[in-house]
Amino acid sequence: MKAHVSTTINQEPVEFLCDPAETLLKVLRDNLGMTGTKEGCGSGDCGACSVMLDGELVCACLVLGVEAEGARIETVEGVASADHLHVIQEKFLEHAALQCGICTPGLIVATKALLAENPNPTEADARYYLAGNLCRCTGYDKIIKAVMDAAETMRQGEAHE
Amino acid sequence: MAALTYHAPTTLDEAISLIANASLPAKVMSGGTDLIIQMQRMLQTDRLIVDVKKIPEMTAATLDEGGLKLGPALCCAKLTRRQDIKALYPGLVEAAYLIGSTQVQGRASVGGNLCNASPAADTIPALIANGAICLVEGTNGRRRVPVEAFVTGVGQNCLEPGEMLASLEIPQPLPRTQDAYLRFIPRTEMDIAVAGAAVSLTLDEDGICTAAKVAIGAVAPTAIVVPDAATALIGSRLDETALTAAAAAASDAANPISDRRGTVAFRRHVVGVLTRRAATLAAERVGALR
Repeated sequence: MKAHVSTTINQEPVEFLCDPAETLLKVLRDNLGMTGTKEGCGSGDCGACSVMLDGELVCACLVLGVEAEGARIETVEGVASADHLHVIQEKFLEHAALQCGICTPGLIVATKALLAENPNPTEADARYYLAGNLCRCTGYDKIIKAVMDAAETMRQGEAHE
Repeated sequence: MAALTYHAPTTLDEAISLIANASLPAKVMSGGTDLIIQMQRMLQTDRLIVDVKKIPEMTAATLDEGGLKLGPALCCAKLTRRQDIKALYPGLVEAAYLIGSTQVQGRASVGGNLCNASPAADTIPALIANGAICLVEGTNGRRRVPVEAFVTGVGQNCLEPGEMLASLEIPQPLPRTQDAYLRFIPRTEMDIAVAGAAVSLTLDEDGICTAAKVAIGAVAPTAIVVPDAATALIGSRLDETALTAAAAAASDAANPISDRRGTVAFRRHVVGVLTRRAATLAAERVGALR
C-alpha cells in the first residue's frame, strides 16, 4: 500500500505517494523528478545523494521516503538563487572542480553543510568532513581548492555585511 | 525489496505494542543506516518497520548527577556536537565520530550500532569501558542489561520478541576519570575497525591508577571485557611494566579471525598496541582535567 507523505523540500510544501520500501533518493528522482540528487552506490558509501534532512547532512539512499513526513529537506536544486549561483557553485566552476560531474551535487550540498557548521575549516577539516563524498574521477585536489576558496570568499562576504 | 509496513509511533508504549502484536517480522528502526541496506538484501521477507525516532526520549540525551541518559536513536552527529557529553566521555563521543561518514553520522545512532551488534562496532567497546547499562522495555516489563551482556553473538543481541532498547544509562564517571577509544583501519577515515580498544581509568592525585575498565572490539565475535588488562593498570602509574602487561592481557584475550582486513596474528598484536595507547591517552586526559 502506498503511503501519503507531506514534507517540505527547498522551503516548498510537497506531498507525494510512495511505497514504504522506497528510499528518499528514489522518491526525489523518480516520483518527484528532482534528478539533481544523484545515485552512486545506493548503499551510503559515496555521498552522491547527499541532501539535508532537518538540518543534518544525510545520504538520501539511507532514508526511507516515508521518513520525510513532516521533515524539512534541502537538495542541490535549492542551493542557487533564482538569478545567481551560490558562491560554492561558482568556485567549483572557477577551479574546474568536476570532471564527470556525478559527485558534484552531493559535494555542493555537503560543502554548504560544512561551511555552515565551520566557516573557517583547515584543509584537513574539509577533507575529513567530505570523506564520505567520493569522486570516481579522483579530482579531489581541485575540489578541495574550490571548497577552501569558497570558505574564504564566504568569510569575506560576511565581514563586509 | 519486499513489502514493508511502516509505523512511526510517538510513545514507547505504542512502539512496544506494535512490535509485540505484529503479524509480520518486526524490526525497530533507528537511523536505518544498517537496516535499510539489510532489508534491500532480504528480497523475500515482508516486514513491519517501527521507526522510533519520533519518540522524544529515544532521541534525547540528558546529563545529571547520575550520569548520561542517552536516547538510543539520537544520531551520532547530534551526539558529537555535545561538548558537555564529550567532556565526560571523550572516548565514547570519538567512537561515535568514527562511524561511517558525516552523512552516515547524520542518521546512525549509538543504539543502532549496539543492536546491530557488528563485532567491529566502534561504540560498543567505548560503552562497555564506561559501564553502560541497557534499559530494555517490553510487554513483560523492564530489565537492565550491561552492554557486555547485551550482545550475544555476531549480529545478535539479547532482546526477546516484544522487547526494545529504550535507553542507555552511562554512569557518572568518578572524579579524575577519563576514557579513550582507538581503532586501527588501513585508511584514514570511513572504514571498519580491524581492531579497537576502549579504556576508562581513574587516577588519584599522585597519578596512581585506582580504577580501570578495558574493552576490545573487532577481535572476537563480540566486544569483550579484559579484566586482566584493567588489573595490570590498577595500582600503577601507567609505567612501562603496567602498559606492557595490559597490552599483553588484551592480546591474550583476543580471539580474532583472519579476513581481508587483517590476520589473526596482526589483530592480536594491534589490539595490544591500541590498548596501551588508549590507556595512555585516557591518562593524559585525566592530567589535563582541572
